[in-house]
Amino acid sequence: MKVSVYVTLKNGVLDPQGKAIHHALEGLGFRGVNDVRVGKLIELDVDEAVAQAEIEEMCRKLLANMVIENFRIERQGQTTGHPAGQPA
Amino acid sequence: MNSAVVVFPGSNCDRDMAEAIRIASGKAPQMVWHRESELPSGLDFIAIPGGFSYGDYLRCGAMAAQSPVMRSVKSAAERGVPVLGVCNGFQILTEAGLLPGALMRNAGINFICRDVALKVENSQSIFTSRYDNGAEIVIPVAHHDGNYQADEATLDRLEGEGRVAFRYVEECNGSARNIAGILNEGGNVLGMMPHPERMVEEAHGRSDGRRLFEGLLDAVSTTNGHSRMAVS
Repeated sequence: MKVSVYVTLKNGVLDPQGKAIHHALEGLGFRGVNDVRVGKLIELDVDEAVAQAEIEEMCRKLLANMVIENFRIERQGQTTGHPAGQPA
Repeated sequence: MNSAVVVFPGSNCDRDMAEAIRIASGKAPQMVWHRESELPSGLDFIAIPGGFSYGDYLRCGAMAAQSPVMRSVKSAAERGVPVLGVCNGFQILTEAGLLPGALMRNAGINFICRDVALKVENSQSIFTSRYDNGAEIVIPVAHHDGNYQADEATLDRLEGEGRVAFRYVEECNGSARNIAGILNEGGNVLGMMPHPERMVEEAHGRSDGRRLFEGLLDAVSTTNGHSRMAVS
């Protein structure tokens, strides 16, 4: 089963890469871009037996750094996650 | 002083670290490969060197923090063994949960490689006892991800408990409150982005970093019940 894990920076965490990309888009003449934030998409292929709680544990322990990042899990069309993940 | 330098695939400051320890203490450290699940017994000091462990995959230090050897480093740190993480070593210690906060991409995007002035904010720690409180020292930085961030409550706590060991005198990489190095709650774990091991002999231009290792040697010698003279 395919599971997509989206890892994004928490609100308020400065994203220098996003800022640089934003500047580059403006340099290319694109108007109307208000902000750019860079995140990661991690695709997992897991057995059906792997519980949601276990995937969340994978995110907390390794895939995301809960100090600065949130994660969102998309599993067979469902979306779950912790957009307001607790700071460590 | 019985010491060890942990080596990960992609570490590149491990030998500089070993040489700095040898120069300051007179005894070369043991080099410990990351796959080892046990550290050598009787260690007085563990260093986690700089570099690009695991090619900085996922996040700087994230993969190294999960290596077998880090479980032993964690338990040694919990027993009070001094642990120093420099640059990638600092990143690894935060990823391993031994130090709070995170090191993000430098605010100006660029890799920064130059000498920087640091203020010694706490000269009472086992790592900083050879510096005067408030002294300005010069130590080089070489990093892309040294932008220290933590939530305000954590930053306040670090400041209030004297756990900010070093601060950049001038803004360097966007770090919150210009923090360059922090201590854990027990004071036996220090993480810092600047490289003290690159400033240990006159040929380096200055030797400001050497006093960090010498201070540590003092602390270890006292703990082991030897006089400083007997060791040096």
